[in-house]
Amino acid sequence: MENPNEKYKEIKGWGVDTDLENEPNYPIKKYNGDDHKRLNWERPPLQPVMGEILKSVEHPRMPAVFGTQNPPAGLSGAVRRIAFKYDESEYGHWLNLLLADRINVIEGVIDDIRHGHFPNIFSEKGMKADWKHNRKELVSKVVVATAVITAVCLLSSQKKKSKKAHLSTLA
Amino acid sequence: MLAMNYRGPYRVRASQKPEPKIEHPEDVVVRVTRACICGSDLHIYHGLVPDTRVGTTFGHEFIGEVVEVGSDVKTMKIGDQILVPFNISCGRCAFCKQELFSNCHESNPEATAAGGIFGYSHTCGGFDGGQAEYVRVPYADVGPMVIPSDIHPDDAVLLTDVFPTGYQAAEMGGIKPGDTVVVFGAGPVGLMAARSAWFFGAGRVIIIDRIEYRLEFAKTFAHCEAYNFESIGDPVLFLKKQTGYFGADVCIDAVGCEAAGSALQTITGKKLMLQAGSATALHWAINSVKKGGIVSIVGVYGPTDNLIPIGNVVNKGLTIRADQCSVKRLLPKLISHIREGYIQPRDIITHHIPLEEVSDAYHIFSAKLDNCIKTVLIPPSARN
Repeated sequence: MENPNEKYKEIKGWGVDTDLENEPNYPIKKYNGDDHKRLNWERPPLQPVMGEILKSVEHPRMPAVFGTQNPPAGLSGAVRRIAFKYDESEYGHWLNLLLADRINVIEGVIDDIRHGHFPNIFSEKGMKADWKHNRKELVSKVVVATAVITAVCLLSSQKKKSKKAHLSTLA
Repeated sequence: MLAMNYRGPYRVRASQKPEPKIEHPEDVVVRVTRACICGSDLHIYHGLVPDTRVGTTFGHEFIGEVVEVGSDVKTMKIGDQILVPFNISCGRCAFCKQELFSNCHESNPEATAAGGIFGYSHTCGGFDGGQAEYVRVPYADVGPMVIPSDIHPDDAVLLTDVFPTGYQAAEMGGIKPGDTVVVFGAGPVGLMAARSAWFFGAGRVIIIDRIEYRLEFAKTFAHCEAYNFESIGDPVLFLKKQTGYFGADVCIDAVGCEAAGSALQTITGKKLMLQAGSATALHWAINSVKKGGIVSIVGVYGPTDNLIPIGNVVNKGLTIRADQCSVKRLLPKLISHIREGYIQPRDIITHHIPLEEVSDAYHIFSAKLDNCIKTVLIPPSARN
């Protein structure tokens, strides 16, 4: 095939890292045989465990460092604890974690309100940026949403009216 | 301190939270001066990565100043301006010692498949990230490095992930002089992969995306051919025709789990979450590469399963090569490339946004508004 970029060799840096030996049949690593020593390396100092940290059942021991933010709590925490009874190859692990994440979102809203902060969902979703950069689409979304809500309200009020009329006829 | 705060899918805000502390003798605390939003941050922002807890601060691409040092830290001191690779690596496990710094086994209790990553869910260790005024950085003597005085801060912050990841994508492709390389995805990593392919002697580089302004940018930044998959028919057939019905020598998946282009993949992967994201780009990569070719994957996928044509991998005798980038391994070489003038990574930055406006920043990047390619967040303490 004809190459549309005839002068490609003039591109800055062309060929500087050419390596004919780079046959990618093995991961990029400096093989040193340590794999066969398994987990028996000299370990870093161990971070003290001060709170609840969930650990994969595929780890026989706690790694030397870990994050301590947002420990499991509430209903989502209970679901996460169940998830960590399964290994990383099982749906029971990942699907429970996704479920816990969704529960956690509701817990987050409740927690916000409990602390006197009513979350501004529109602001959190970055709607201000939409108003600035994507106004036309934002307006059309609002118009469509308003039309749908109005239609649903009208329909339900009509249903109520006809139900009332039906009941009064029966009476 | 002010920090980005995840509240649920598509919902983030900037809010106050306690400053981080030294929790391990090899930690430092860093005052962040710049933090990027990565394309992979969008996967957690969209709620696709399991164990992303409300209250988490994202951000695995950041630079800053050391303000507190743990008792065992030897190479860092207060006042050092450092860049911090996104991988948290101990430097002592069997994986780190073989330069697989992204596969560290001493930094993530919650999973064995992934090493620790700043601000990337509890599946990657539960560490808070750098989209904040301050951040805790473990193993400070291993991954981070002092920013050389001749490296621009905007280049430095792109050395923490996006440039090395794009470069490693090309490196894993085993590109030979004259090879045709196809990169799926013209986001920041795809752009870097396309640009880096030339370093390995590619003869032709083609980038595929559907965002027109990014394709236009790719032509000038990465000197490559750029095609919109929405206007070329079947991308696989198109690429076969482009390569004399032979197939590309190397295909790179720089999209990952939120690829567009296939209704089946989008519905099952993104909407119903019946698979670990939409694997359209990987599907196309496998089917567009030549027999005996190489598919390099740096796009991020979830931990469960994906629909890909594995039968074609077998029948075509493909090599699939993938990993999270081993940033530390590549830093000396990539700094040299910047100094030599081969590349100026900061050319891809389109937005500098105050951390206080993090909700808008995420939405602009996610919805691809205002011709956004790469966003850098600046915390208030870094602006004074």
